[in-house]
Amino acid sequence: MDLSYGSEMEGFREEVQAFLEANWPLGDEEKELPFEKQAAVFRERAIEQGYLYRNIPKTYGGSEQAPDVLKAQIIREEFGRKWAPQEARGIGTMMLVPTLLERGEEWQKEKFVRPTITGEITWCQGYSEPGSGSDLASLKTKGELQGDEWVINGQKIWTSGAHVSDFMFCLVRTEPEASKHAGISYLLLDMKQPGIEVRPLRMMTGSADFNEVFFNDARTPAEWIVGKRGEGWLVSRTTLKHERNSIGAAQQTRVALKGLIELARKSEIAGRPALEDSSIRQRLAELEGYVKAHQYSGYRQLTKDAKGEDAGMIAMMMKLFSTEIGHKSAGLSMDLLSEEGLLSAGNAELGVRAKDSQGWIARYMYSLGIAVAGGTANIQRNVIAERGLGLPRDAAANRSPER
Amino acid sequence: MNFDLTEEQLMLQDTVGQAMQNECPITHLRTIFDGDSGHDPALWKTLAELGVVGLAIPEEYGGAGLEILDLAVTAETLGYHAAPGPFLGHVLASLAIAVGGSPEQKEKWLPGLASGERIGSVALAEDGGRWGPDQWQLAGGKHLSGRKEFVPSAAIADLLVVGLAGGGLAVVESDATGIQIEVVDGADLTRRFGHVDFDSTPCEVLEGEAAAQRMADVGRVLLAADAFGGSQRLLEMCVEYAKTREQFGVTIGHFQALKHQLASMALDVEPNRGLYWFAAYAQDHAPDEAERIAAIARAHIGDRFMQVARDAVEAHGGIGFTWECDVQIWFKRAMFNRAFLGTPSEDRERSLQLAGI
Repeated sequence: MDLSYGSEMEGFREEVQAFLEANWPLGDEEKELPFEKQAAVFRERAIEQGYLYRNIPKTYGGSEQAPDVLKAQIIREEFGRKWAPQEARGIGTMMLVPTLLERGEEWQKEKFVRPTITGEITWCQGYSEPGSGSDLASLKTKGELQGDEWVINGQKIWTSGAHVSDFMFCLVRTEPEASKHAGISYLLLDMKQPGIEVRPLRMMTGSADFNEVFFNDARTPAEWIVGKRGEGWLVSRTTLKHERNSIGAAQQTRVALKGLIELARKSEIAGRPALEDSSIRQRLAELEGYVKAHQYSGYRQLTKDAKGEDAGMIAMMMKLFSTEIGHKSAGLSMDLLSEEGLLSAGNAELGVRAKDSQGWIARYMYSLGIAVAGGTANIQRNVIAERGLGLPRDAAANRSPER
Repeated sequence: MNFDLTEEQLMLQDTVGQAMQNECPITHLRTIFDGDSGHDPALWKTLAELGVVGLAIPEEYGGAGLEILDLAVTAETLGYHAAPGPFLGHVLASLAIAVGGSPEQKEKWLPGLASGERIGSVALAEDGGRWGPDQWQLAGGKHLSGRKEFVPSAAIADLLVVGLAGGGLAVVESDATGIQIEVVDGADLTRRFGHVDFDSTPCEVLEGEAAAQRMADVGRVLLAADAFGGSQRLLEMCVEYAKTREQFGVTIGHFQALKHQLASMALDVEPNRGLYWFAAYAQDHAPDEAERIAAIARAHIGDRFMQVARDAVEAHGGIGFTWECDVQIWFKRAMFNRAFLGTPSEDRERSLQLAGI
């Protein structure tokens, strides 16, 4: 075990600071660009320095650095301090990119990875359908090869960001004769086309980040398929694995804890700062126990990943664990808000850091969205019980073969 | 960055685990548990021969000179097997002398402790749950008069490291005059306690560096590691039971209600491994964080262990509530780990104060 922050790391920190001093904010002319363009320009430079997308090969636009939690932490801290753009978040970088790197064709990696990670193009994920939630493999959206194009008909639902995305990666049934799981392919498609209609779904928070997507003879080139025909289920497993990792990122729970401590400083209970209230103090400290366990579990997983070893059961748990921490911190925030807990979520949107009371309320509700996205908590418990603990599988019909 | 155990540490766990399996299988453990002393001299000898009891004592005094993380991974394995006997108090007493003793004092006591020929323990708590070095009131000097409570393995220890007013430490030999031990009717029969009364008992104050806080921090780390090992064992016992016990014509592990309960238990166990690792690592390599993370780890894993133990009783149904069922052994280990050195809520309050919150 070695986590030392020695002089080498302090030197690295100075290096990062010097880079930021010279490169952010951008120079006068570039500052006129829209913010997303500025971010893309800055990210290119940060990638050149080896600061962003450290786990993505240089050929595809990453900086291909050896995994190092401490360095990554220093980069996050220093970039955060100067409000410099960090890695573009979103489902494209977190899920599609790792999937393409693992299973994509060479031309697909070349075409899509770089613009995705710089934030130039954005993606949405077409998985769930009205009749196919936890039983995703029962999906019915149809893809037919006509000449050199796939023609797609059907419907997706809960598609986050479909209304603002350039492309979609999706699962469609291309082999209707094959068995349930073997009939699915993983396709990429352009969202800006007449065969696609996006209808927003209003969430319980009041805002509309997710959508229904209708395909009516939507088209995509024959070669925009990841993996072979009928391999879509396997390919999507790669993606889901990455989603669980990324949603499980311990960083977010640490930020939430910090925010709660600040909130407790400002809130009052019976005329005194809530932070002086012993039951609030206990709950904050108890939450920190979970947050720390989460953090070091992340370290363990990362070390195992870097060595190419199986991290074991912890990898299956990260999503559920962060969901449960999310529930605890959401509950605590509501107690700290006291009467302001009667307010609505305002117009806060996903990804916007909660600042005022309504932001906390939005987060209180969003923590449930996170609990469901990428596999409900109960599905996660099944995975842990069956694959992790080796208990008998549910007797549901047509389940995928163990792999 | 490398956050994993070394080959040597894994081997250490393996060796200790093998020894426990051979020398202290569950049938034997139960005879110790139900016996008079809670101690098995033969098992102690085996652990001593493996070097386990002197693991963190410097090599020049006959120990293995290893780090707290090595000690903690050993504690995990011992906790997994519910090892009976004086390990915890012994290693804390050894550590206190190794840090706090003068060269002469180390020379005098450490070799005997390292070889396991002499058993050490620590006398910390005073009336009213005063476990912390800043709370001790027993006056030091050449003699001690007063009472220490919940002293582990008090009846079998050859020497005690005693906490003094002002945070100092003194060593008392158990054959010294004026010592009276009152046996405590403790829940955990694998680790027995006594209350100890001193009446003008000769002692020797440790003359080296301040060691009390470090000893307490390491104590918390070892309780956390032991709790992790114990909770792991309970989870395995429950999974095993779910795979064998049949109701309604199938093993009960088929029922989703139980599967989800076991998954939740697993969530109370597995994520704590890295937490206790870091808490142990910090004792040697991150001194600024050492005290705080030790408090967080003990509070958190101590509570999780207790919860897992309660769940484990439930998961076993009626048999889980019996003396015959092995779950109770770890349940009571959890009670020990939760309350020794102070409660989780005290640790939590301390952890906030240490962060300036």
